[in-house]
Amino acid sequence: MGRSQEIYIRAPRFGNINRILGKAVLYGVVTAMTLPIIIMYLWLFMQSVSEKVLIGFIPSGFTADGWRFLWGPVKFGEVLLPPIWPITLNSLIIALGVTGIEVSIALMAGYALSRLRVPFRDSFLILIIILHAFPGITLLIAIFYLLNVMGLINTLLSVIIAKAALEIPMATWLIKGFFDAVPWDVEASALVDGCSRLQAWYKVILPLVKPGVAAVAIFAFLAGWNEFIYALTFIFDPNLYPLSIHIIGLIGEFRYVDYTLLAATALFYSIPPLVFFVITQKAFMKVPLVGMKGA
Amino acid sequence: MGLISNNPSVRSYIYMIIFLGPALFLILFFWILPVFSTIFLSFTNMGMRKPNWEWVYLKNYMFVGAHPFSQKVAINTLVYVGATLAFNVLIGLLLAILTFYMDDRTSLVYRALWLLPRASPPVVYGLLWLWVLDSSEYGLLNQLLAPIYGKPVPWLVNYAMPGIIVINGFIGASFSLIVFSSALKAIPPDYLMAARVDGASELRIVKDVILPLMKWPIMFVTAWQTLSLLASYEYILIVTDGGPFFETEVWSLFAYHQAFQHLELGFGAALAMILVIIALIAVLIQMKLFRFREMITPVKIEHT
Repeated sequence: MGRSQEIYIRAPRFGNINRILGKAVLYGVVTAMTLPIIIMYLWLFMQSVSEKVLIGFIPSGFTADGWRFLWGPVKFGEVLLPPIWPITLNSLIIALGVTGIEVSIALMAGYALSRLRVPFRDSFLILIIILHAFPGITLLIAIFYLLNVMGLINTLLSVIIAKAALEIPMATWLIKGFFDAVPWDVEASALVDGCSRLQAWYKVILPLVKPGVAAVAIFAFLAGWNEFIYALTFIFDPNLYPLSIHIIGLIGEFRYVDYTLLAATALFYSIPPLVFFVITQKAFMKVPLVGMKGA
Repeated sequence: MGLISNNPSVRSYIYMIIFLGPALFLILFFWILPVFSTIFLSFTNMGMRKPNWEWVYLKNYMFVGAHPFSQKVAINTLVYVGATLAFNVLIGLLLAILTFYMDDRTSLVYRALWLLPRASPPVVYGLLWLWVLDSSEYGLLNQLLAPIYGKPVPWLVNYAMPGIIVINGFIGASFSLIVFSSALKAIPPDYLMAARVDGASELRIVKDVILPLMKWPIMFVTAWQTLSLLASYEYILIVTDGGPFFETEVWSLFAYHQAFQHLELGFGAALAMILVIIALIAVLIQMKLFRFREMITPVKIEHT
């Protein structure tokens, strides 16, 4: 901390105006780029509390009706929609399950590909990234067959394992870059201090790749949270359906769409990933300074 | 240490198995096996409406070459992947660097905002754009541009491909933004401090310190997004379904239409296989450009 203050003192005196101007440009540019997103989701929120379909931006009459699914059963046309909380729980289980499996396996594989003398390292890396070119949907039938043999069909675990497996190449590639960036000296000194390779990995290296974990974790969570086709194919029991299927039900089968309800449910759907993102970013985006010396 | 064999070379193999085993297992069962079954499928005439099937060898592939829309679809794919990739990587990199210079709290707010499209149901995200680009006078863009244009513009008819590129771009940019932000945070602060003490301007620091250290993430994002874009069709399906008149029909959507609307599994699988070959070529070219092999750093610590 002491060093950073020192640098500010040394900054040239006329730098103040420049710095304020720079900040203004910085925030101006980023806000302008983000504007389409802000406008669209502001509109979505307005729609979720408006009685009629929105044309402009001002809701025509305020209503909390769109959000009624939070506290009670919702009748939609002739159909009584299932309560939202068990569905949300299914989605959470899938998303967190994928995250747990994917992050831990990728952290091991990424380390091996960065630090161990693995034969055919570069070819292996290219092979696993190429697999991603297969549209997931073309693999559907084969994966279904496999899960059936394993006796996992019609469980949440089927979606978790399939999804985690398909995301592992991405996560491994991503995290390998972070392991590469850790200086070898750090590991060497841990080994000299008497750590085994496993201990060095766990105690010394992992804290230094935390920002990478943050990135892998949110993508894993989103992959599980958004998964729709696999859930629909591998799960038959409606009690095990996740939110992604529930949302489609609000649009697909019926003649009319209750836009207020749809907008509110869509916003509700986006909240858990955002919360997960904020928590993981706050927890993992800081790298401990210790151990970086001698870099 | 005594727990694992005392022979150093045996031990190093054991470490490899411990660290790589789980990933290899899942990749083998959920990727390699299904991929081989797809290859197998592409040499048959299997279809969901047909009870029997037989080997047709390369016939499906010849059909692809002869299909009247193949060329159009190939060109569409090239334009779509190229433009969206540029949008994703450049916007993501710009945003990551700009938000890196903000205080943590503000930067997190912006990153969370950019995550919103990815965190909402694809159908709803599609519907939002359908509303923005609506051809009537009530579409948001038409409302905004009414004072200039006077009459409403049918955006998704006149500018279907640019529309699709922007719609996918806003989703894809968040991927690069998050990866690059993490990579920036992992740069040892000492490096930046040292450059600042030397009196380097921030622009120089970005160019000479930050960007060289981000080579792996930039390469990864470029290659990964190329493959994602080649294989993805979800948002196009929702917004234009390939229309108008095949304007936005890309290769993977074409494969989807063949396999799941016309229920031609063999033909669909052949289309998917061609996509994979294209992807392989694209990625190998990118790896050459990024000097991938030089980035595979030699192992410095042998057996421990």
